[in-house]
This record gives sequence, C-alpha cells and structure tokens, in this order.
Amino acid sequence: MTDTPRRRPGGPTRRQLLLGGAVAGVGAAAAVGADALTRPGERPAADPAPEPLAGAGTVPFHGAHQAGVATAPQAHVSLVALDLLDGTDRDALRRLMQLLSDDAARLTQGVAALADSEPELAVVPAHLTVTFGFGPELVRRAATGSDAAPSWLRPLPPFTIDRLDPAWSDGDLLLQIASDDPMTVAHAQRMLLKDTRSFATVRWTQAGFRRARGSEASGTTMRNLFGQIDGTVNLEPGTPDFEDLVWVRDGWLAGGTSLVLRRIHMDLDKWDRLDRGGREQSVGRYLSNGAPLTGTHEHDEPDFTATSRIGFPVIPEFSHMRRARSEDTSQRIFRRGYNYDDAPSGDRVSSSGLLFVSYQADVDAQFVPLQRRLDELDLLNEWTTPVGSAVFAIPPGCAEGGYVGETILA
Amino acid sequence: MRTRLTLPALALLSALALAGCTADAQAEDPATTPATTATEAESVTVTDAWVKSAETGMSAAFGLIENTGDADVTVVSVGSPASTAMELHETVENETGEMLMREKDGGFTIAAGQSLPLEPGANHLMLMDLVEPVVAGDEVTFTLTFADDSTLDFTAPAKDYSGANETYAEGEGHEGMDMGGEMDMGDQ
Repeated sequence: MTDTPRRRPGGPTRRQLLLGGAVAGVGAAAAVGADALTRPGERPAADPAPEPLAGAGTVPFHGAHQAGVATAPQAHVSLVALDLLDGTDRDALRRLMQLLSDDAARLTQGVAALADSEPELAVVPAHLTVTFGFGPELVRRAATGSDAAPSWLRPLPPFTIDRLDPAWSDGDLLLQIASDDPMTVAHAQRMLLKDTRSFATVRWTQAGFRRARGSEASGTTMRNLFGQIDGTVNLEPGTPDFEDLVWVRDGWLAGGTSLVLRRIHMDLDKWDRLDRGGREQSVGRYLSNGAPLTGTHEHDEPDFTATSRIGFPVIPEFSHMRRARSEDTSQRIFRRGYNYDDAPSGDRVSSSGLLFVSYQADVDAQFVPLQRRLDELDLLNEWTTPVGSAVFAIPPGCAEGGYVGETILA
Repeated sequence: MRTRLTLPALALLSALALAGCTADAQAEDPATTPATTATEAESVTVTDAWVKSAETGMSAAFGLIENTGDADVTVVSVGSPASTAMELHETVENETGEMLMREKDGGFTIAAGQSLPLEPGANHLMLMDLVEPVVAGDEVTFTLTFADDSTLDFTAPAKDYSGANETYAEGEGHEGMDMGGEMDMGDQ
C-alpha cells in the first residue's frame, strides 16, 4: 500500500511489548497465555505445561483466495450485509476496503485493529476469518469499462417456494465473520462495522452456529435442527473438483468465487408431527448416521434403482437427496452452511432454520439448475421455506500490504 | 523498516573497524564516532500509526514510536501536509483531577531501546487547522523531526473514532474546540 513503516499484522502488538520482552515477537498463542497468567502486581506463574488454548488458533488472512471459503467451518458465523451510502464512490470503496482489509488482517491474527477501543477482546482469534463479498451495486460503482460484473451477479430468479423478506435479502457489501468463539465474532463485527460508518449502513445481520469446536471430531458433517446430517455430498477443499468448480478463473474475480445465501426457515413445529420413517423418506437418508436408505455408512453411494418389496424406489423420487442430485457433475456446489435459532413469536416455541451458504464459480451454471430441481419437487419443501436470498461475488484474496477488492478498485 | 533496524549495528561495526586502525584520527574527528554516524531518525520506527478523521479544525494522530538505537532520541517537532500547525501533546492531570492536554515542553525524549506509545487520552500528535477534511481511509503523511535535525516520514490511515475528545489546558488557546463534535462522522 505504502512504504509506511507499519508493523506486520503478525508481529508483536504494543500490548505484548508492554507485557515484557519475554512475549515480544511471538504470536497470539503467547498473547493468550500472557493474558491468562499475568495479573497486575503478580509475577507470571512458572507453569511448565500451560493449558493448550483453542482460542490461539489462527487462519492466514493473506493468500490467493480469501479465507473463510475453503477454511474448515468454524463454530460461529455472522453474515452482515451493508447498503452503500449514495456518496460512496469508487475512491471511497477503495478506502473502505483498505481499512477493512487491514482490520481483518490484524484481527484474524489475534492482534487489535488500529483504533481498536477494546484491544483485549482481539487476542483470542479462535480461527477467525473475515470474508468480503461484493453485491451488484458495489461492482457497478467499482467497475471501469472492462471490469464488467459477471452475469450471475444479480438476485436469483424467483422460485415458487420462495417467501422472501427483503429484510433478509440482497445487499451491496457482505462481511462473513466466522470464529470458534462467539465473543471474537462480536468484537470483530463491531470493529469492522465501526470502519464502515462513513460509507454504508447495516442492511441485515444473520448469525449462525454449528457444534462447538472440540465437541465432535473435526470433519464431522454438520447436523441441522431437523436432526439431519446436512452436507454429506460436498466438494472437498484441496481436491481438483473443488478447484475447478469453486474458484473463478478469469478477470478481476480470478481466484475468487460466488456466495449464495439462502435463509431457509425450518418449521420445527410441523416437523414434530412427522414420524421417523417419514423424516428419513423426505431426505432419503437415515437419521442415525446419514447413510442413504440403500446403504449403511454416511458416504455410501445411494442406489436410486433399488426398489422395495412392493416395487417402490427405496430412495423416493421426491426425496431431497434424489432431487438435489444431477447427472451433470459440473452442476455441483460447495456448501458451508450454519444453523440459526431466533426468538420465537406468537404462540410458537421456535423460529429456526438454516443459513444455507454455498460457493461456486458460476451461480447460473451450478446453483440455479440445482435450485430449479428442488423448486419443482422436493418433499422437504413441506417443512422448509426460503425467506431470504442474496448473491455476492467473493473477490480473490490479497497479499500482505494489499487489500481485498484491489483487482477491481486499484 | 527492517533495514532501518540494522543501520545502527552497521554503523557500530564500521566505527569499530575504524577504531582498530585509526584510533588517533578518530579521537581528533568526533564525526566518525558511533553516536553521530547514525542519526536519531535512523534509530526510530513508527508502527500502528493512525489518525482520527475530522471534517475541519483539529485532529490527532497515534501510534508507537520505538527507539531501537543505543542512544536517547528526542522528537522535537512534527509536521504534515494535512495541517498548517502541528504540536506534540501530552495529557496531564490538573489540580481537580481533570485530564488536560497541552504541548509537551522540549518534545518527546525516548530512551535507548524504549518505546513511546501515542494513544487517545495520552501522548499524541496534534493536528490543528486542517487543510482539508481528513476522511476515513485517507493516508496522511507525517514527518517527525529529531533533536539532531534528522527527519522520519511515515503515513497513517485515517479512521473514524468517537473517542480522543481531550480537553485543553487553560492558556493553550484552543478553547471551545472539542476534538469530537463535528469531527465525529459516525452520525452522518
């Protein structure tokens, strides 16, 4: 950015330096330990085996791709969509993204952001990632001539099952803030949003969660609040399929991707009236371990030709799994969703659902055909209703000293 | 920044080499002694710098000034294209316990190997009579001048910040110019 003698985000913080030379030059792990051990007027305890703290874990911010896509899903997420103020032009967008990228580069490494009023809340990153997404209006303001918006960067076509609320839909700038510690998410969100106040207003925030880190073996497929294992068939980061189907190859988005958010209300009260057999038929998988109704293990390949004694398919034609499956392997997406559980209203006892989040190189070629099939027929639609929808372009990552969005804003 | 750290060491090495063969000459020529080969600016780094955004009037800049050298340094003044008049400020408690800011007499002296944090509510670089609005995300250049007349440039991003609303000590001549108020862009 400049030749400012600015400390690298990974370097020691002022606080660490003030704590004494012993912790200077080390990362968040030592900072967490130092905070835990040092009290005013006390000498640090000489504990030879300090308790290993999960909060010290970090995910690199800089790189070819933004973090938070191929990153193993953290336990908590906050998705925040912003509406740009009228005066936020291309120059302002550049300043905004420089500020936000610097904040994210520091906070994700367990270092307080510049002008962080609560620096003590920054020292437990717990695998914090901050991922930025650009909506159609932001790209329109940022683009100069050749940097056209991709054709898929627009609201999804309407689906008959949709009951969309604008309060949960669309937006100009997306912040996806994820960490294993909800306190860290809250602080990062507060810090980032303070730096957006001159440029944008908050349109919506949507919080989601999975199992806490350490509660289950890492890599365990998430369960949704229907109790179903949700996301068994998924692209796997690090595989050629993932590289091909998630990352955009050309233009200013090369190394980036797209994010589709679908806020899907799940009617738990109605679901309660369905017996276990019906629940398993609706998806085509066993609730116990997620195995297809024709298999015994979660990742067994389903046999859609298998029939019952009376001649019906074991995995019903109308089941979610059957309908989601395409013969065209290019129509696959990478899912990275979260559960939500809001305060109920009226005489209901829950307001729950899924923040369906998917990444794909091309929304129109990959997500839309899949959603069309589910819109036409999917037994699960009896209990689920999309109430929010948004599409964002996820720019590529940036190198140290750079900022997210520089491929279109520089 | 990284190379700056090594300059004093290099200077010391070359001075030692000189001392080995021309000790007499060195004694007659103080210009070759270690204390004067590295300037004060070369011993100093500024990190984590930022400046509070402001529409008009005054603002303040913060960061960490580190003296990595083996001799004390003194910042005697600061300047910036963003301000027609800058001062080095300290915040002190008056008789009634109120925290007031005022110009630091003699500048900021930083002992060898020590750091000076510039923070809201404490020592800071004061910008007065802003030339134009300093808006969030602007990169503002500053120049520190040291007692030996050496200078160090650094840039600081402007950030919206609701704090740093210090009160001036009487006689400082800035009455009624609270640092918050119109500079706070958060309500716009």
